[in-house]
Amino acid sequence: MSVLLIAEHNNKEVKPFTFNAISAASQINEDVHVLVIGSNSEEVAKSISQVPNVKKVINVNNPIYENYLAENYTSVIIKLSGNYSHIVCSANTFGKNLMPRVAALLDVSQISDITKVISEDTFQRPIYAGNAFATVKSNDKIKCVTIRPTSFDPAPTSGGSAEIQNGDAAEATEITKFIKKEEIKSDRPELGTARVVVSGGRGMQSGENFKLITAVADKLNAAIGASRAAVDAGYITNDHQVGQTGKVVVPDLYIAVGISGAIQHLAGMKESKVIVAINKDGEAPIFSVADYGLEADLFDALPKFLEELNKLNTIQK
Amino acid sequence: MKILVAVKRVIDYNVQIRVKEDNSGVVTDNVKMSTNPPDDNAIEEAVKIKEAGKAKEVVAVSVGEEKAQETVRKALAVGADRGILVKVDGVIEPLAVSKILKKIVEKEKPDLVLMGKQAIDDDCNQTGQMLAALLNWPQATFASKIEVKEKSLEVTREVDEGLETIEVNVPAIVTCDLRLNEPRYASLPNIMKAKKKPIEQISAEDLGVDVKSRIEQIKVEEPPKRKAGIKVASVEELVQKLKNEAKVI
Repeated sequence: MSVLLIAEHNNKEVKPFTFNAISAASQINEDVHVLVIGSNSEEVAKSISQVPNVKKVINVNNPIYENYLAENYTSVIIKLSGNYSHIVCSANTFGKNLMPRVAALLDVSQISDITKVISEDTFQRPIYAGNAFATVKSNDKIKCVTIRPTSFDPAPTSGGSAEIQNGDAAEATEITKFIKKEEIKSDRPELGTARVVVSGGRGMQSGENFKLITAVADKLNAAIGASRAAVDAGYITNDHQVGQTGKVVVPDLYIAVGISGAIQHLAGMKESKVIVAINKDGEAPIFSVADYGLEADLFDALPKFLEELNKLNTIQK
Repeated sequence: MKILVAVKRVIDYNVQIRVKEDNSGVVTDNVKMSTNPPDDNAIEEAVKIKEAGKAKEVVAVSVGEEKAQETVRKALAVGADRGILVKVDGVIEPLAVSKILKKIVEKEKPDLVLMGKQAIDDDCNQTGQMLAALLNWPQATFASKIEVKEKSLEVTREVDEGLETIEVNVPAIVTCDLRLNEPRYASLPNIMKAKKKPIEQISAEDLGVDVKSRIEQIKVEEPPKRKAGIKVASVEELVQKLKNEAKVI
């Protein structure tokens, strides 16, 4: 049987996590078909067809899909579902919103946020904010699975030439209407895929003070993260939140500044390769996961850190 | 408008989770239990909408063991008018919960169903969307702002790229993010008053819902431990370590 993967895109570009989901999908079964639902989304379909792991692209193109609504996507997916043993997508806000709606209509118990494919029907997933890992086996005929993107490497984006087939639109929803999306544009690397992340917490004390984080992030070509406390306090916008209910990041280097390290925050960053914690409270739980801990006042340490970085001849980008 | 709020009883968010020695699950005996945190936001929002004169009744429902009654009672103390407890034993999957909630919705006929976006125990993030699908209602997930209009809701959603606003016709399902509001604490007089509010008890069998698990839990394990790190004495040492030892900058 085959895997149907739902692509996330903005009609022009494929969102990067789609490639991570494609690699997970091809671990489930080699016959991976990717569904692109969009408006004037031919370019998206074309770039996905170049992924060697993809065997077929189904492009459903209609102006009603200009903006993503779970209600609209679901109707298209349900129509195609009969041909597939698995339906998969990323476990980010895109896929989390979509997949349960599909699963319920297929009368399937969804498996959320998998971190490992063990076999076609058995997967590993974190529970309790990553404080435990469950191995679960699905006994449903169709398996609806969302994939934790940071647990799988992205699939290569060139070398393939999958067939692109046009698919049929479904009826447009009348119960939900898209109004607007306020995207925070930034020249920085995306938080989910950045090599380095510098995060600030409640210890930053104000949004203004985040400029100390920004300066270090600029130097390291890093994305900026935040704890829930910093977002709740209004220091920084929600798209920066790392944690159980925010984003999960797995950078090579994660620098936590003024973050105490509640388990909900650790859930979003403790798989990072190298973790640095800067905190003036030596007892802060963040130190328990840090490879390098610096017990210091961040308002002294961050400017000094930048100074030391400036002294280096080269910095990896 | 009538609002139904679904609340779940979970291990308190401050408890350090321990995996059972036989790998069959996590330890729940003698562990502090609380309302799932974003469900507190859902109750708060329902009560605020009622206080603003836009809702007449708030009904709190929980699906769970007998003790989930405490979770319903807490919702009543915060301001829900009455409660429903659908009793089930053991672990129940979101699909089954959404089927139970569908039955409750058909009986209660609310205009709006609120619940947290995710339960912090199984971290599934499914029930609201599944209920919306089964009812063929619109869904607004991860809400950080809800504006009640005449026959619709304008909902701001927290998404990966920032914020998205959608309009959903009522009846609708909205799942709540933690930033939707700041849940209040129940006052002592309200806790006393809540003891007199009715909680109707039903069983899943009475509703004719099959709650059998579809997913087999094979084992539950501890996450791999990170090896202990070191404390550095100065910023200079930190930068040296990152450059020469970890080789990440």
